[in-house]
Amino acid sequence: MASLKDLRNRIASVKATQKITKAMQMVAAAKLRRAQEAAEAARPYATRMGVVLANVTSTVSGTDAPPLMAGTGKDDTHLLVVATAERGLCGGFNSQIAKLAREHARELIANGKQVKILTVGKKGFDILRRDFSELIIDRVELREVKQIGFANADAIARKVIGLFDEGQFDVCTLFYSEFKSVISQVPTALQIIPAAVSVDEEAEEVAGGAVYEYEPEAATILADLIPRNIAVQVFRALLENAAGEMGAKMTAMDNATRNAGDMIDKLSITYNRQRQAQITKELIEIISGAEAL
Amino acid sequence: MAQAFKFELVSPERLLVSEDVEYVVIPGTEGEMTVMANHAPTMTNIKPGVITVAREGREDRYVVFGGFADVLPEGCTLLAESAVHVDDIDREDVARRIQEAREDVEDAKDDEARTKAEEFLAQLTTLERAILPA
Repeated sequence: MASLKDLRNRIASVKATQKITKAMQMVAAAKLRRAQEAAEAARPYATRMGVVLANVTSTVSGTDAPPLMAGTGKDDTHLLVVATAERGLCGGFNSQIAKLAREHARELIANGKQVKILTVGKKGFDILRRDFSELIIDRVELREVKQIGFANADAIARKVIGLFDEGQFDVCTLFYSEFKSVISQVPTALQIIPAAVSVDEEAEEVAGGAVYEYEPEAATILADLIPRNIAVQVFRALLENAAGEMGAKMTAMDNATRNAGDMIDKLSITYNRQRQAQITKELIEIISGAEAL
Repeated sequence: MAQAFKFELVSPERLLVSEDVEYVVIPGTEGEMTVMANHAPTMTNIKPGVITVAREGREDRYVVFGGFADVLPEGCTLLAESAVHVDDIDREDVARRIQEAREDVEDAKDDEARTKAEEFLAQLTTLERAILPA
Protein backbone atom coordinates (compact mmCIF):
# COMPACT_ATOMS: atom_id res chain seq x y z
CA MET A 1 0.00 0.00 0.00
CA ALA A 2 1.29 3.40 -0.94
CA SER A 3 2.37 5.58 1.90
CA LEU A 4 0.72 8.89 2.65
CA LYS A 5 3.63 10.77 1.18
CA ASP A 6 3.39 8.80 -2.06
CA LEU A 7 -0.28 9.58 -2.32
CA ARG A 8 0.33 13.25 -1.71
CA ASN A 9 2.91 13.26 -4.50
CA ARG A 10 0.52 11.50 -6.88
CA ILE A 11 -2.21 13.98 -6.19
CA ALA A 12 0.17 16.88 -6.73
CA SER A 13 1.37 15.44 -10.04
CA VAL A 14 -2.14 14.76 -11.33
CA LYS A 15 -3.09 18.29 -10.37
CA ALA A 16 -0.14 19.63 -12.35
CA THR A 17 -1.19 17.53 -15.35
CA GLN A 18 -4.72 18.79 -15.03
CA LYS A 19 -3.49 22.35 -15.11
CA ILE A 20 -1.54 21.64 -18.29
CA THR A 21 -4.45 19.96 -20.08
CA LYS A 22 -6.73 22.76 -18.99
CA ALA A 23 -4.31 25.33 -20.41
CA MET A 24 -3.99 23.35 -23.62
CA GLN A 25 -7.74 23.22 -23.94
CA MET A 26 -7.97 26.98 -23.62
CA VAL A 27 -5.17 27.54 -26.11
CA ALA A 28 -6.90 25.19 -28.53
CA ALA A 29 -10.16 27.08 -28.08
CA ALA A 30 -8.46 30.37 -28.91
CA LYS A 31 -6.67 28.88 -31.89
CA LEU A 32 -9.84 27.23 -33.05
CA ARG A 33 -11.54 30.57 -33.28
CA ARG A 34 -8.72 31.93 -35.37
CA ALA A 35 -8.63 28.86 -37.58
CA GLN A 36 -12.35 29.11 -38.12
CA GLU A 37 -12.04 32.75 -39.06
CA ALA A 38 -9.30 31.91 -41.54
CA ALA A 39 -11.43 29.17 -43.04
CA GLU A 40 -14.34 31.54 -43.32
CA ALA A 41 -12.21 34.28 -44.89
CA ALA A 42 -11.02 31.85 -47.53
CA ARG A 43 -14.51 30.79 -48.49
CA PRO A 44 -15.42 33.65 -50.89
CA TYR A 45 -12.40 32.95 -53.06
CA ALA A 46 -13.22 29.25 -53.34
CA THR A 47 -16.85 29.98 -54.18
CA ARG A 48 -16.00 32.57 -56.83
CA MET A 49 -13.36 30.26 -58.22
CA GLY A 50 -15.94 27.51 -58.55
CA VAL A 51 -18.26 29.84 -60.42
CA VAL A 52 -15.56 31.06 -62.80
CA LEU A 53 -14.30 27.55 -63.38
CA ALA A 54 -17.77 26.26 -64.15
CA ASN A 55 -18.28 29.12 -66.61
CA VAL A 56 -15.05 28.44 -68.45
CA THR A 57 -15.47 24.69 -68.49
CA SER A 58 -18.88 24.96 -70.03
CA THR A 59 -17.35 26.77 -73.03
CA VAL A 60 -14.28 24.61 -73.53
CA SER A 61 -15.25 21.42 -75.27
CA GLY A 62 -13.95 18.09 -74.00
CA THR A 63 -11.16 17.73 -76.52
CA ASP A 64 -9.21 20.87 -75.65
CA ALA A 65 -9.43 20.25 -71.94
CA PRO A 66 -5.97 20.37 -70.37
CA PRO A 67 -4.61 17.05 -69.09
CA LEU A 68 -5.03 18.12 -65.48
CA MET A 69 -8.73 18.02 -66.08
CA ALA A 70 -9.08 15.26 -68.63
CA GLY A 71 -6.59 12.98 -66.88
CA THR A 72 -4.12 10.73 -68.60
CA GLY A 73 -6.79 8.30 -69.67
CA LYS A 74 -5.42 5.63 -67.35
CA ASP A 75 -5.80 4.95 -63.69
CA ASP A 76 -2.82 2.71 -62.98
CA THR A 77 -0.89 4.83 -60.55
CA HIS A 78 -2.57 6.67 -57.72
CA LEU A 79 -1.08 9.44 -55.68
CA LEU A 80 -2.54 9.84 -52.22
CA VAL A 81 -1.91 13.20 -50.62
CA VAL A 82 -2.53 12.73 -46.92
CA ALA A 83 -2.90 15.94 -44.97
CA THR A 84 -2.78 15.64 -41.20
CA ALA A 85 -1.82 17.80 -38.26
CA GLU A 86 1.70 18.52 -37.11
CA ARG A 87 1.07 17.69 -33.49
CA GLY A 88 -0.61 14.97 -31.55
CA LEU A 89 -2.71 15.17 -28.40
CA CYS A 90 -5.83 15.71 -30.40
CA GLY A 91 -7.69 12.48 -29.92
CA GLY A 92 -8.32 10.33 -32.94
CA PHE A 93 -7.97 13.20 -35.38
CA ASN A 94 -4.76 12.14 -37.10
CA SER A 95 -5.34 8.42 -36.89
CA GLN A 96 -8.78 8.77 -38.46
CA ILE A 97 -7.38 10.49 -41.53
CA ALA A 98 -4.54 7.97 -41.71
CA LYS A 99 -6.99 5.11 -41.35
CA LEU A 100 -9.08 6.31 -44.27
CA ALA A 101 -5.96 6.73 -46.39
CA ARG A 102 -4.69 3.31 -45.36
CA GLU A 103 -7.94 1.58 -46.28
CA HIS A 104 -7.95 3.40 -49.59
CA ALA A 105 -4.34 2.40 -50.30
CA ARG A 106 -4.97 -1.25 -49.38
CA GLU A 107 -7.97 -1.40 -51.66
CA LEU A 108 -6.03 0.08 -54.57
CA ILE A 109 -3.14 -2.30 -54.04
CA ALA A 110 -5.55 -5.22 -53.89
CA ASN A 111 -6.90 -4.12 -57.26
CA GLY A 112 -3.42 -4.20 -58.71
CA LYS A 113 -2.90 -0.45 -58.86
CA GLN A 114 0.29 1.30 -57.98
CA VAL A 115 0.13 3.61 -55.01
CA LYS A 116 2.32 6.54 -54.12
CA ILE A 117 1.88 8.60 -51.01
CA LEU A 118 2.73 12.19 -50.23
CA THR A 119 2.19 13.22 -46.66
CA VAL A 120 1.54 16.72 -45.44
CA GLY A 121 2.08 17.05 -41.73
CA LYS A 122 4.34 15.08 -39.46
CA LYS A 123 1.74 12.89 -37.78
CA GLY A 124 0.44 11.39 -40.99
CA PHE A 125 3.96 10.51 -42.00
CA ASP A 126 4.65 8.88 -38.64
CA ILE A 127 1.54 6.74 -38.83
CA LEU A 128 1.74 5.72 -42.48
CA ARG A 129 5.46 5.03 -42.30
CA ARG A 130 4.72 1.86 -40.34
CA ASP A 131 2.72 0.27 -43.14
CA PHE A 132 3.79 1.95 -46.34
CA SER A 133 7.29 3.25 -45.78
CA GLU A 134 8.36 2.29 -49.31
CA LEU A 135 5.36 3.97 -50.91
CA ILE A 136 5.88 7.40 -49.40
CA ILE A 137 7.60 9.41 -52.09
CA ASP A 138 7.71 12.75 -50.37
CA ARG A 139 6.56 14.62 -47.34
CA VAL A 140 5.82 18.20 -46.51
CA GLU A 141 6.06 19.52 -43.00
CA LEU A 142 4.35 22.68 -41.94
CA ARG A 143 5.65 22.67 -38.42
CA GLU A 144 7.27 26.08 -38.70
CA VAL A 145 4.17 27.62 -40.18
CA LYS A 146 2.10 29.49 -37.64
CA GLN A 147 -0.75 30.58 -39.83
CA ILE A 148 -1.29 28.59 -42.98
CA GLY A 149 -1.07 30.89 -45.96
CA PHE A 150 -2.03 30.34 -49.55
CA ALA A 151 1.67 30.14 -50.38
CA ASN A 152 1.97 26.89 -48.40
CA ALA A 153 -0.92 25.34 -50.26
CA ASP A 154 0.41 26.62 -53.56
CA ALA A 155 3.79 24.99 -52.94
CA ILE A 156 2.12 21.64 -52.29
CA ALA A 157 -0.08 22.02 -55.36
CA ARG A 158 2.96 22.84 -57.48
CA LYS A 159 4.72 19.77 -56.21
CA VAL A 160 1.75 17.59 -57.10
CA ILE A 161 1.35 19.17 -60.52
CA GLY A 162 5.08 18.77 -61.16
CA LEU A 163 4.82 15.06 -60.43
CA PHE A 164 1.81 14.83 -62.70
CA ASP A 165 3.68 16.53 -65.55
CA GLU A 166 6.46 14.01 -65.16
CA GLY A 167 3.91 11.27 -65.57
CA GLN A 168 4.43 9.95 -62.06
CA PHE A 169 0.77 9.23 -61.46
CA ASP A 170 -2.63 9.22 -63.12
CA VAL A 171 -5.05 9.97 -60.35
CA CYS A 172 -4.52 12.12 -57.30
CA THR A 173 -6.68 11.96 -54.21
CA LEU A 174 -6.44 14.33 -51.28
CA PHE A 175 -7.18 13.12 -47.75
CA TYR A 176 -8.11 15.57 -45.06
CA SER A 177 -10.60 16.04 -42.32
CA GLU A 178 -13.69 18.05 -42.99
CA PHE A 179 -14.61 20.38 -40.18
CA LYS A 180 -18.27 19.77 -39.44
CA SER A 181 -18.31 21.18 -35.95
CA VAL A 182 -16.10 21.45 -32.90
CA ILE A 183 -16.94 17.91 -31.88
CA SER A 184 -17.22 16.33 -35.29
CA GLN A 185 -14.52 16.13 -37.92
CA VAL A 186 -15.09 13.78 -40.81
CA PRO A 187 -12.12 12.30 -42.66
CA THR A 188 -12.69 12.89 -46.34
CA ALA A 189 -11.16 11.76 -49.62
CA LEU A 190 -11.30 14.23 -52.48
CA GLN A 191 -10.12 13.54 -55.99
CA ILE A 192 -8.22 16.55 -57.28
CA ILE A 193 -6.64 15.19 -60.48
CA PRO A 194 -8.30 14.70 -62.90
CA ALA A 195 -10.33 17.61 -61.62
CA ALA A 196 -13.97 16.85 -61.35
CA VAL A 197 -15.71 20.09 -62.15
CA SER A 198 -19.37 20.03 -61.48
CA VAL A 199 -21.34 22.75 -63.14
CA ASP A 200 -23.81 23.50 -60.40
CA GLU A 201 -27.02 25.38 -60.86
CA GLU A 202 -25.92 28.31 -58.78
CA ALA A 203 -22.99 28.97 -61.08
CA GLU A 204 -25.22 28.85 -64.10
CA GLU A 205 -27.57 31.26 -62.50
CA VAL A 206 -24.77 33.73 -61.77
CA ALA A 207 -23.54 33.56 -65.33
CA GLY A 208 -27.08 34.14 -66.49
CA GLY A 209 -26.27 32.51 -69.80
CA ALA A 210 -24.04 35.44 -70.69
CA VAL A 211 -21.70 35.02 -73.60
CA TYR A 212 -18.23 35.81 -72.40
CA GLU A 213 -15.38 37.36 -74.22
CA TYR A 214 -12.17 35.62 -73.34
CA GLU A 215 -8.82 37.30 -73.18
CA PRO A 216 -6.73 35.20 -73.99
CA GLU A 217 -8.80 32.25 -75.27
CA ALA A 218 -10.88 30.17 -72.94
CA ALA A 219 -8.56 27.18 -73.23
CA THR A 220 -5.55 29.24 -72.13
CA ILE A 221 -7.45 30.64 -69.21
CA LEU A 222 -8.58 27.18 -68.27
CA ALA A 223 -5.05 25.83 -68.42
CA ASP A 224 -4.11 28.52 -65.93
CA LEU A 225 -7.22 28.14 -63.82
CA ILE A 226 -7.00 24.43 -63.12
CA PRO A 227 -3.64 24.48 -61.29
CA ARG A 228 -4.88 27.41 -59.29
CA ASN A 229 -8.04 25.57 -58.44
CA ILE A 230 -5.99 22.63 -57.20
CA ALA A 231 -4.05 24.99 -54.97
CA VAL A 232 -7.33 26.40 -53.69
CA GLN A 233 -8.58 22.95 -52.85
CA VAL A 234 -5.38 22.08 -51.05
CA PHE A 235 -5.61 25.38 -49.20
CA ARG A 236 -9.15 24.65 -48.17
CA ALA A 237 -8.17 21.20 -46.98
CA LEU A 238 -5.33 22.63 -44.91
CA LEU A 239 -7.59 25.20 -43.33
CA GLU A 240 -10.29 22.64 -42.56
CA ASN A 241 -7.58 20.47 -41.04
CA ALA A 242 -6.27 23.31 -38.93
CA ALA A 243 -9.73 24.05 -37.59
CA GLY A 244 -10.47 20.36 -37.11
CA GLU A 245 -7.24 19.73 -35.28
CA MET A 246 -8.01 22.47 -32.80
CA GLY A 247 -11.56 21.24 -32.37
CA ALA A 248 -10.35 17.70 -31.75
CA LYS A 249 -7.67 18.95 -29.40
CA MET A 250 -10.20 20.93 -27.43
CA THR A 251 -12.42 17.89 -26.98
CA ALA A 252 -9.49 15.64 -26.15
CA MET A 253 -8.08 18.06 -23.62
CA ASP A 254 -11.48 18.63 -22.08
CA ASN A 255 -11.75 14.87 -21.55
CA ALA A 256 -8.26 14.73 -20.14
CA THR A 257 -9.02 17.53 -17.70
CA ARG A 258 -12.16 15.75 -16.56
CA ASN A 259 -10.33 12.44 -16.19
CA ALA A 260 -7.64 14.13 -14.14
CA GLY A 261 -10.37 15.58 -11.92
CA ASP A 262 -11.86 12.12 -11.38
CA MET A 263 -8.45 10.75 -10.57
CA ILE A 264 -7.80 13.49 -8.05
CA ASP A 265 -11.14 12.74 -6.35
CA LYS A 266 -10.36 9.05 -6.11
CA LEU A 267 -6.83 9.64 -4.86
CA SER A 268 -8.05 12.15 -2.27
CA ILE A 269 -10.54 9.63 -0.91
CA THR A 270 -7.82 6.98 -0.60
CA TYR A 271 -5.54 9.54 0.99
CA ASN A 272 -8.12 10.62 3.57
CA ARG A 273 -9.04 7.03 4.42
CA GLN A 274 -5.46 6.14 4.95
CA ARG A 275 -4.81 9.18 7.07
CA GLN A 276 -7.86 8.29 9.16
CA ALA A 277 -6.63 4.69 9.48
CA GLN A 278 -3.24 5.87 10.60
CA ILE A 279 -4.68 8.20 13.23
CA THR A 280 -6.88 5.39 14.53
CA LYS A 281 -3.90 3.10 14.62
CA GLU A 282 -1.83 5.63 16.57
CA LEU A 283 -4.68 6.21 19.01
CA ILE A 284 -5.03 2.47 19.62
CA GLU A 285 -1.32 2.27 20.23
CA ILE A 286 -1.42 5.08 22.79
CA ILE A 287 -4.52 3.72 24.52
CA SER A 288 -3.26 0.17 24.72
CA GLY A 289 0.08 1.51 25.96
CA ALA A 290 -1.67 3.45 28.75
CA GLU A 291 -3.81 0.45 29.69
CA ALA A 292 -0.78 -1.79 29.98
CA LEU A 293 0.67 0.41 32.72
CA MET B 1 -20.78 60.64 -61.41
CA ALA B 2 -20.64 57.60 -63.54
CA GLN B 3 -22.92 54.72 -62.78
CA ALA B 4 -21.62 52.56 -59.94
CA PHE B 5 -21.23 48.82 -60.09
CA LYS B 6 -20.28 46.05 -57.72
CA PHE B 7 -16.61 45.22 -57.48
CA GLU B 8 -15.03 42.44 -55.47
CA LEU B 9 -11.35 41.85 -54.93
CA VAL B 10 -10.76 38.43 -53.43
CA SER B 11 -7.51 36.78 -52.49
CA PRO B 12 -7.40 33.18 -51.28
CA GLU B 13 -6.90 34.38 -47.75
CA ARG B 14 -9.65 36.94 -47.57
CA LEU B 15 -12.08 39.27 -49.24
CA LEU B 16 -10.30 42.60 -49.63
CA VAL B 17 -12.83 44.81 -51.32
CA SER B 18 -16.51 44.38 -51.85
CA GLU B 19 -18.32 47.57 -52.66
CA ASP B 20 -19.84 49.77 -55.31
CA VAL B 21 -17.24 51.53 -57.39
CA GLU B 22 -17.10 53.86 -60.34
CA TYR B 23 -14.44 52.17 -62.37
CA VAL B 24 -11.59 49.71 -61.99
CA VAL B 25 -8.38 49.52 -63.98
CA ILE B 26 -7.22 45.95 -64.41
CA PRO B 27 -3.81 44.88 -65.71
CA GLY B 28 -4.89 42.09 -68.06
CA THR B 29 -2.32 39.89 -69.73
CA GLU B 30 -3.44 41.30 -73.06
CA GLY B 31 -3.22 44.88 -71.88
CA GLU B 32 -4.72 47.16 -69.31
CA MET B 33 -8.43 47.63 -69.31
CA THR B 34 -10.78 49.86 -67.48
CA VAL B 35 -14.00 48.30 -66.37
CA MET B 36 -17.05 50.43 -65.83
CA ALA B 37 -20.67 49.59 -65.27
CA ASN B 38 -22.40 47.58 -68.02
CA HIS B 39 -19.20 46.19 -69.40
CA ALA B 40 -19.61 43.25 -71.77
CA PRO B 41 -19.08 39.89 -70.04
CA THR B 42 -15.36 39.25 -70.16
CA MET B 43 -12.97 36.90 -68.54
CA THR B 44 -9.31 37.69 -68.50
CA ASN B 45 -6.05 36.62 -66.93
CA ILE B 46 -4.23 39.19 -64.90
CA LYS B 47 -0.54 39.84 -64.85
CA PRO B 48 1.30 41.13 -61.81
CA GLY B 49 0.52 44.81 -61.63
CA VAL B 50 -1.46 47.53 -59.99
CA ILE B 51 -5.21 47.73 -60.02
CA THR B 52 -6.88 51.04 -59.44
CA VAL B 53 -10.24 51.13 -57.77
CA ALA B 54 -12.09 54.39 -58.05
CA ARG B 55 -15.15 55.38 -56.08
CA GLU B 56 -16.59 58.81 -55.50
CA GLY B 57 -13.53 60.97 -55.92
CA ARG B 58 -11.26 58.52 -54.15
CA GLU B 59 -8.82 56.16 -55.76
CA ASP B 60 -7.31 53.13 -54.10
CA ARG B 61 -4.50 51.17 -55.57
CA TYR B 62 -3.78 47.51 -54.90
CA VAL B 63 -0.87 45.42 -56.04
CA VAL B 64 -1.82 42.00 -57.36
CA PHE B 65 0.41 39.13 -58.33
CA GLY B 66 -1.51 37.45 -61.08
CA GLY B 67 -5.06 36.18 -61.06
CA PHE B 68 -8.32 36.38 -62.98
CA ALA B 69 -11.02 38.86 -63.55
CA ASP B 70 -14.60 37.91 -64.22
CA VAL B 71 -16.45 40.88 -65.61
CA LEU B 72 -20.22 40.96 -65.94
CA PRO B 73 -22.46 43.92 -66.78
CA GLU B 74 -23.62 44.16 -63.18
CA GLY B 75 -20.34 43.50 -61.44
CA CYS B 76 -16.74 42.50 -61.54
CA THR B 77 -14.95 39.88 -59.49
CA LEU B 78 -11.21 39.82 -59.34
CA LEU B 79 -9.61 36.63 -58.07
CA ALA B 80 -6.08 37.60 -57.17
CA GLU B 81 -3.38 35.12 -56.33
CA SER B 82 -2.24 37.56 -53.71
CA ALA B 83 -3.23 41.18 -53.24
CA VAL B 84 -2.08 43.98 -50.99
CA HIS B 85 -2.91 47.62 -50.68
CA VAL B 86 -0.22 49.69 -52.32
CA ASP B 87 0.62 51.39 -49.02
CA ASP B 88 1.21 48.06 -47.30
CA ILE B 89 3.50 46.62 -49.92
CA ASP B 90 6.52 44.90 -48.55
CA ARG B 91 9.67 45.64 -50.49
CA GLU B 92 11.31 42.41 -49.39
CA ASP B 93 8.33 40.35 -50.44
CA VAL B 94 8.56 41.74 -53.97
CA ALA B 95 12.31 41.14 -54.03
CA ARG B 96 11.74 37.57 -52.92
CA ARG B 97 9.17 36.98 -55.64
CA ILE B 98 11.58 38.34 -58.23
CA GLN B 99 14.29 36.08 -56.94
CA GLU B 100 11.95 33.11 -57.22
CA ALA B 101 10.98 34.10 -60.73
CA ARG B 102 14.69 34.29 -61.68
CA GLU B 103 15.18 30.77 -60.37
CA ASP B 104 12.17 29.63 -62.34
CA VAL B 105 13.74 31.01 -65.50
CA GLU B 106 16.92 29.08 -64.81
CA ASP B 107 15.08 25.89 -63.95
CA ALA B 108 12.80 26.02 -66.97
CA LYS B 109 12.95 22.72 -68.82
CA ASP B 110 11.80 23.70 -72.27
CA ASP B 111 11.55 26.85 -74.32
CA GLU B 112 7.88 27.31 -73.71
CA ALA B 113 8.30 27.20 -69.97
CA ARG B 114 11.27 29.53 -70.16
CA THR B 115 9.41 32.08 -72.24
CA LYS B 116 6.58 31.96 -69.76
CA ALA B 117 8.90 32.33 -66.78
CA GLU B 118 10.80 35.18 -68.42
CA GLU B 119 7.60 36.97 -69.21
CA PHE B 120 6.53 36.65 -65.61
CA LEU B 121 9.90 37.93 -64.42
CA ALA B 122 9.69 40.93 -66.74
CA GLN B 123 6.20 41.74 -65.45
CA LEU B 124 7.44 41.55 -61.89
CA THR B 125 10.42 43.82 -62.45
CA THR B 126 8.22 46.34 -64.24
CA LEU B 127 5.90 46.23 -61.31
CA GLU B 128 8.73 46.73 -58.88
CA ARG B 129 9.91 49.81 -60.72
CA ALA B 130 6.40 51.17 -60.95
CA ILE B 131 5.52 50.92 -57.30
CA LEU B 132 8.85 51.30 -55.60
CA PRO B 133 10.66 54.36 -56.82
CA ALA B 134 14.25 53.67 -55.93
